Amino acid sequence: MPESLHPPIAHPPVPAMTSNPGPWWLHWLPAESRAGVMRRALVVWGVAAVIALLQSFANPAQHRLDYSLVYSYAISTSIWFFTDPVRIALRRWLGAQPPHYWQHSWRNTWVLLAGVVFGYALGTSVGDAYAGRSTWELLTIAPQQFWGFLLGSAGISAGFLFFFYHRDRARALELQATEARLKLLETQLEPHMLFNTLANLRALIATDPPRAVQMLDRLNDYLRATLTASRTEGGSGQHTLQKEFMRLGDYLELMAVRMGPRLEHRLQLPESLQHHPVPPLLLQPLVENAIRHGLEPQLGGGCITVDARADGPWLVLEVSDTGVGMDRSVAPAGDGFGLAQVHERVATYAGGRVDVVAALEKGTTVRVWLPLLPARSA
Amino acid sequence: MDATALTANDEPLVATALIAEDEPLLAAALQAELARAWPTLRILATVASGTQAVEQALALRPDVLFLDIRMPGQSGLEAAATLAEEWPTDAHGVGLAAAPFPALVFVTAYDQYAVQAFEAQAVDYLLKPVQSARLDQTVQRLQHRLAQRIQPVGSAAHAAPLEVALAQLRALVALGVPNAPAAEPLRVIQASVGKHIRLVPVEDVLVFEAADKYLRVLTQDAEFLIRTPLKELLPRLEPEVFWQVHRGTVVRANAIDSVQRDEAGKLSLVLRGRSERWQVSRLYAQRFRAM
Repeated sequence: MPESLHPPIAHPPVPAMTSNPGPWWLHWLPAESRAGVMRRALVVWGVAAVIALLQSFANPAQHRLDYSLVYSYAISTSIWFFTDPVRIALRRWLGAQPPHYWQHSWRNTWVLLAGVVFGYALGTSVGDAYAGRSTWELLTIAPQQFWGFLLGSAGISAGFLFFFYHRDRARALELQATEARLKLLETQLEPHMLFNTLANLRALIATDPPRAVQMLDRLNDYLRATLTASRTEGGSGQHTLQKEFMRLGDYLELMAVRMGPRLEHRLQLPESLQHHPVPPLLLQPLVENAIRHGLEPQLGGGCITVDARADGPWLVLEVSDTGVGMDRSVAPAGDGFGLAQVHERVATYAGGRVDVVAALEKGTTVRVWLPLLPARSA
Repeated sequence: MDATALTANDEPLVATALIAEDEPLLAAALQAELARAWPTLRILATVASGTQAVEQALALRPDVLFLDIRMPGQSGLEAAATLAEEWPTDAHGVGLAAAPFPALVFVTAYDQYAVQAFEAQAVDYLLKPVQSARLDQTVQRLQHRLAQRIQPVGSAAHAAPLEVALAQLRALVALGVPNAPAAEPLRVIQASVGKHIRLVPVEDVLVFEAADKYLRVLTQDAEFLIRTPLKELLPRLEPEVFWQVHRGTVVRANAIDSVQRDEAGKLSLVLRGRSERWQVSRLYAQRFRAM
């Protein structure tokens, strides 16, 4: 029988979802939510201690310290339990998203309300069992005091929920925005492109200083545009088509120095569209794809054409190459992030769309359709 | 030993090299830097693709081969693997005496996984932009290695560089295409037959064979052509089920009936259910050893 000899494969370490797996009694919850649940429990327990102590010191005759502590901990823990771990356990039914599973909906509000009432009832019963009295009797003897307790607990719970909800949401949003910015930056500052460009610059400094300076200026403009675009909130800002084409020109010139005669390019922008606004560097990932997946694998290189035209109510931006093209029966090679990101930006930009026309060995054309804005009269 | 090291240091080693780099400026720059760092190194040719690198290396037999990783056609790694498979080991029928396998130096701008793999396999590599001090180190290491190679240990010494390179390349090839994410395993092959699309379960496939621009998919009694390159398909096949036995051939492991060695030492195998013989290349020959 033949013997299989696989050399050991060094896999890059897979980053763990969370470094803290949480206590064993929370293992029934999704891993990424445990740390948050635990943190919220600690905050709740800390505040429960403060409330019990305040209550007891304010009126020691009515509230023995141990009674206060038991009531406070029983009520707060059971409300926490029903509004936090139970809420996360119901995440599918609530349609809530990781990592914190807060959801802004009526269904969620009702679940939280029920959690508070249910938790209050359970916690009070535990306290009653310890103190040997019945809070429920207050309902007939001193209804005001009963409702006071209930509303006080509900108010404190609502405060907590409001605070946790907003804090977690703000964190999640911040994380999302940072991630989007980082991804955009990563595609635009692709390290392979950057280091190859620097290598070419290094070569030109020795052999052709004026051309090196020219290339450095191009790189400068390109980097500045990239950084500016990434700062404006995931690239939601705007610049004119003229600027867009200038930046594409920088990028293509940089690539032309590298690829020599293998890269030809044409940029065609009609004068009437020069001032039309577009999201900054929208087309750059498309040009990059055209080079990387279209022309680079082709021995003889090829030509990239970028043009803009008005078509009825649409502004049509087209990036086409004469490269190797794509076979539609095969999922596009590579990460595909460039195109996905363009899709997303175009979709959020007032309902545009993206078409890809590709044929094996005949090149690829990507067309971006954006709503044409009426020319601003000066 | 000491004597050899001394001569290597005293008078610069005369050697030949081939540069494979698709960016013209970078190829010229590497050549210029090498002229400074190793004046007696003769650059035989500069080529711009992996395919040309293999052709020229076979024709010119350089001592050192500088290979860019990302090149049109074959990548640097693929070119190295092809070269290791096609490198002649004996002088029969070849005009030149059997030359030792060239020392490989990979050049890359940024390929994280490839660099990790090079480190792990002790393969020489340079990062672009190539810095003078780093190039000097590489040159020193190369000279040391070539000096050792010149020692008269008989013809056995000639096989050694190829064996070392084969072991390294085996490990690098096993890593797959650098940067390739783990893909979902393939279950069904969709092959167009005339106007129909035939669905062929992967369990029925015995052989995948690269043929020009197509990939032949062979089952026990049928043959299909698909356009997915083997390179893209490979990461989606289970490595225990399908074994690559040649650059362009992947066979179902448990369908292998027998493996045979001919007089020249070349391996070939026969599959149950098919009559053809499949060549096993050097790179993958290690899989087949009697237990």
